[in-house]
Amino acid sequence: MAAPSDFLRIENISKSFGDTIAVDGVTLGIARGEFFSLLGPSGCGKTTLLRMIGGFAYPDSGGISLDGEDITALAPNKRATNMVFQSYAIFPHLNVRDNIAFGLRSEGLEADEREERVARALAMIRLDGYGERRAHELSGGERQRVALARALVKRPKVLLLDEPLGALDKRLREAMQIELRQLQREVGITFLFVTHDQEEALAMSDRVAVMEKGRVLQVADPKTLYEQPLSRAVAEFIGTMNLFEGRMIDAAGGIASVETALGRNRAPLRAGGKFCAGARVWLAIRPEKLLLSRDAPGFQSVPGRVVASAYLGDRSQFQVAIGGLDRPLIVSAPNTSGMARFEMGDDVHVSWMIDGPVLLEQ
Amino acid sequence: MAIFSRETRTGYALLAPTIAMLLFALAAPLALLAAYSVWTQNALTLDTHPTLAQYAAVVTREGYRTLFLRSIAVSSIVTAVTVALAYPMAYFVAFRVSPRGKFIWLLLLTIPFWTSYLLRVFAWKVILGFNGVINSSLMELKLISQPLEFLLYNPTAVVVTMSHAYAAFAILPIYVSLEKIDRSLLEAAADLGDGAFRRFMRVTLPLSLPGIIGAAVLIFVPTTGDYVTPSLVGGSDGVMIANLIQVQFGRVNNWPLGAALAIVSMALIGAIAVFAIQAARFAVARIR
Amino acid sequence: MLSLSKHGGRGRGLMAYALAYLAFLYIPVLLLPLFSLNDSLFIAFPLKGFTTRWYEALAEDEDMRAALMNTLKVGASASLVSTLLGLLAAKALTKAPLPGRGLILGFANLSLFIPEIVIGIALLILVTTVGIPLSLFSIAIGHVLICIPFAVLVLMSRFEGFDANLEEASRDLGENAWMTFWRVTFPLVLPGIVASLMLTFIVSFDDFMIAFFLSGTDTTLPVYIFGELRFPYKLPNVLALGTSILIGSAALIAVAEWVRRLGPAGGSANRPIGV
Repeated sequence: MAAPSDFLRIENISKSFGDTIAVDGVTLGIARGEFFSLLGPSGCGKTTLLRMIGGFAYPDSGGISLDGEDITALAPNKRATNMVFQSYAIFPHLNVRDNIAFGLRSEGLEADEREERVARALAMIRLDGYGERRAHELSGGERQRVALARALVKRPKVLLLDEPLGALDKRLREAMQIELRQLQREVGITFLFVTHDQEEALAMSDRVAVMEKGRVLQVADPKTLYEQPLSRAVAEFIGTMNLFEGRMIDAAGGIASVETALGRNRAPLRAGGKFCAGARVWLAIRPEKLLLSRDAPGFQSVPGRVVASAYLGDRSQFQVAIGGLDRPLIVSAPNTSGMARFEMGDDVHVSWMIDGPVLLEQ
Repeated sequence: MAIFSRETRTGYALLAPTIAMLLFALAAPLALLAAYSVWTQNALTLDTHPTLAQYAAVVTREGYRTLFLRSIAVSSIVTAVTVALAYPMAYFVAFRVSPRGKFIWLLLLTIPFWTSYLLRVFAWKVILGFNGVINSSLMELKLISQPLEFLLYNPTAVVVTMSHAYAAFAILPIYVSLEKIDRSLLEAAADLGDGAFRRFMRVTLPLSLPGIIGAAVLIFVPTTGDYVTPSLVGGSDGVMIANLIQVQFGRVNNWPLGAALAIVSMALIGAIAVFAIQAARFAVARIR
Repeated sequence: MLSLSKHGGRGRGLMAYALAYLAFLYIPVLLLPLFSLNDSLFIAFPLKGFTTRWYEALAEDEDMRAALMNTLKVGASASLVSTLLGLLAAKALTKAPLPGRGLILGFANLSLFIPEIVIGIALLILVTTVGIPLSLFSIAIGHVLICIPFAVLVLMSRFEGFDANLEEASRDLGENAWMTFWRVTFPLVLPGIVASLMLTFIVSFDDFMIAFFLSGTDTTLPVYIFGELRFPYKLPNVLALGTSILIGSAALIAVAEWVRRLGPAGGSANRPIGV
């Protein structure tokens, strides 16, 4: 997964704290100028991995190299990385200008060059005139921008961001997501972004690594992750997913037949996926790929009853109980389509196109 | 050294000088004290053969027993009085004062805590003396013709003086535990039908118990072993255990006996404190 | 306590109690300044007239001046050493993951729970056993011991208001360990250090018991005062001295409290010491 031409290469990194394995043999390759996210629930190791790249923790085994240089054992102040901390870590005894200029002291720049960089940084984060303010006089969003400017002003090769938007309210968070993305494109620096919010990761990243329990489950661009998850864990973590178990019967022309509790279904075989008669598989299908109709359509469908519905503004979400399945199917339909007219208690048929589901082997 | 992480090792390294100092100045002296308590002083030589003779002497001599009892009685009364007087004061600052006012009140209450203990005791010597403040004012006001003799140089004088000198110690622990009480608990109790008195007895008092216990221990332990007060205002009737101990290290020059007395005192004080804490918890847990 | 059950007048009753309590705390001590300005050898009413001669006599008292110098020397050294030890310990106790942290903290605070007479005699035994002569040095050792809990307490409360990431941020931005200490840690902890110096100085200054047992020929002010109390004609001098000490320490405490709350990392430091 890591090619020698990668800008930031993480090679088989492991770290444990006592008996707990935080990071378990992770290998990743990140390209120059990429916006790369580490996504996963709390405790999956993403922050530990980030801290090891920044130099605040040392791996038990494995290596990290940046732009061809092995930085595994380097002290944080010697690495060409900079971090935006989750708590922002704005120095309370310095004003905004001195905070941003803090890291420039060790760069040996002339005073006027330092001032120029700071001024440009303040303009970039749109906080001109805030130079004299102190941390307690800034809002959360403003502090976050100062932390960003402070790190960027050093022109690192990689910018590490540890859940920087976690403390912001929803509206501000969404605005900052767009801003950060634009900023990254402008400055062209590689961003390594840690988050537990999958919508955020999908919205901002070029590629995402989904992590769980110290391991990387899948690395892909957002579209591939969403539409072609490699495992149940990834499928369930990204968005909502309907999953049901089945047994592989046969395959022909790239289409497999699977026996499930809903009868015989057909689903596309993944490119390079193995065919094993009798193998246990799962069918994964997104709520928006399921279709609702009053009568049975011509292709594969099952009957069911609507047991819950939620109006979400742009679309409606239904839970449809199906005989033979222990959990209801979740169906999502835009309110502009005719499907959204169903209500609780209605008898419906749920159907899907052949290319709707994804076959998962694990 | 994979047993401890780098951060832990750094932590222990930082602690090392302080721990070394404490081992030297606290642990070692206490160990030596214990050693002395099982030795004997024969005129000018120190006999280091271990023996329980000192402890036997402490436990059997009649005069010592009286002294122990008196010391415990005095400090128990002082503890009860100071805690009882301090509680309403702490309650006032915790529940009746605005947040900004709290700092000023606490500062006013803390300042005496930091002034010289010796001077506070001395002030009382001056107040209670034969020609002292109380006597001279009463004589001036023609309420008495002769100065009162019972004011000074007895256990009562010790109790009064200590209650004043240690008053400040009681306030802070009680205040802290009262301040920590979640006000919404009291609101819930009111909502469920309790009047002010019951709310106090059923919610405030039990929850402030740690503070009360803390204050009691903070007062009981030092007062039992106090030297200055009995020395200045106690006279021969108000002698307490610390005076006896000091004398062993002074003119009597019987360090082993003094060490044994000190250790027995500490054990006694510790046992009483633990017992009282358990009893208090037991009693309050009965409140329904 | 039962005043709480009264309605209406409850608030005022408690306030009256609080004021009376404050009066009870302060008045006996305030008699010292009162009579130190009284023109009489006897500490008795009626007052005989205003005078400053006791203060003048004090200024000329050689023995008192020597004792004062000794006390200042011991106080300065004890406060410096205990603050330094407290600083290192507080940093470790608040920031490093330490197995046995509770035990260590208990050990550091242990001297607060042992009666002073016991500490005094134990230290006396120590210095005679080890061979350290009774002198200002032996007193200083004892004072460092009793000051450590106060230094640790003050500095821990300061460190607790400290974002753990701040030092990491400084390293990340290019500073090595030493510069990180100077540019970030030290400025933020400084008010705590100053407060600790002041408080430990006062603890050392006021101590009687330890100095009593560990003094040689040079003695400290409290021991000197204790000695002077035997002489009735010296009482007003002692009053003048006591008053000066009281005013000095009250002022120092107020300043120490104010300093401790200073600066950006207020937070939990915004309560008087020990709270």
